[in-house]
Amino acid sequence: MANIPMTYYLVLSTILFFAGIYGFITRRNLLAMLISVELILNATDINFAVFNRFLFPEHMEGLFFALFSIAISAAETAIAIAIIINIYRNLKHIEAQKLNELNDLK
Amino acid sequence: MENGSIASTLVFFFLAAVMVVSSILAVTTKKILRAATYLLFVLFATAGLYFYLNYSFLGAVQMTVYAGGIIVLYVFSIFLTSTDEEKNQPIRSHRRWLGFIAAAAGTLLCVYLFQASPWGEVYYRAPEELPMKAIGNALMSADKFGYILPFEALSILLLACIIGGILIARKRQ
Repeated sequence: MANIPMTYYLVLSTILFFAGIYGFITRRNLLAMLISVELILNATDINFAVFNRFLFPEHMEGLFFALFSIAISAAETAIAIAIIINIYRNLKHIEAQKLNELNDLK
Repeated sequence: MENGSIASTLVFFFLAAVMVVSSILAVTTKKILRAATYLLFVLFATAGLYFYLNYSFLGAVQMTVYAGGIIVLYVFSIFLTSTDEEKNQPIRSHRRWLGFIAAAAGTLLCVYLFQASPWGEVYYRAPEELPMKAIGNALMSADKFGYILPFEALSILLLACIIGGILIARKRQ
C-alpha cells in the first residue's frame, strides 16, 4: 500500500476505462453496451477515490463523489434496463443497429 | 514491516490483474451472460481495492449496490431478453479494429501523460481508516462540508427512477 505510487492506480483505471470504450464501440447488443458503460463508470469511481486518498487524505470529497456516482449509476441502470425490456417487448431483439425499426411501430 | 509491504504489494497486483483480465474478457466474450459475470468480478475487485485503500464504507456500498443489486438486475434482464440469433452474429471486423485503435491510442496517451505528471512520486500517506462517524456527519450535515443537499436530491432521483422504471416497463393493454 505504502510502496505503490498513485500512477499504478491511475493506469489500472485507464485500462478499465478504455476496455469499456472498446466494448461500447464494438458491441451490438444493448445490454452488452450497458455493461461497457458500467465499466467506464467504475473506472471513474476508482479515480475519484484514488485522487481523494492520495492527494487530499484529510478531505472526503472524492469519497462522496464516488458514493453518489454509484447511486446514480444504479438509477441509470434501472431506467436503461426498463427501456431495453420495453424495446425487446416491441421488437423481439435488442440489436443497436436495428433500433430504427422502432420508427415503424404505431 | 518488510514482509507486510511485500504482501500488500502482492494484494494490489492480484486485484489489478483480476480487474484487467476480467474487464477485457467482459468486452470480448461472445456470450452476454459471461460478460455480466466478468463485470461482477471487476466490481468485486474494485470493492477489494476500496477496502485496500481503507475506504471500507465505499467498498461495502460497492459490494451491496453494484455487485449485489445491479448485477442481479443485469442477469434477470439478460434472461428476459436473450434470443438465439445474437450468438452467431460476428462483430464486423472494421468496427473491431476501430474500437481497438481508439482504446489503444487512448490508453497510450493517458499512460504517457501519467508518466509526465508528478503523480509518480505520490505515495499513500494516510494509513488510518476514515471513521464512519465522520462520513455520517458529513453526509447528514448542512454546514460547509455537508452533503445533505446532494443526498436529498439523490433520494428524489431514485424515487423518480422507481416511478419511471415502472411506467416504462409495464405491460400496456
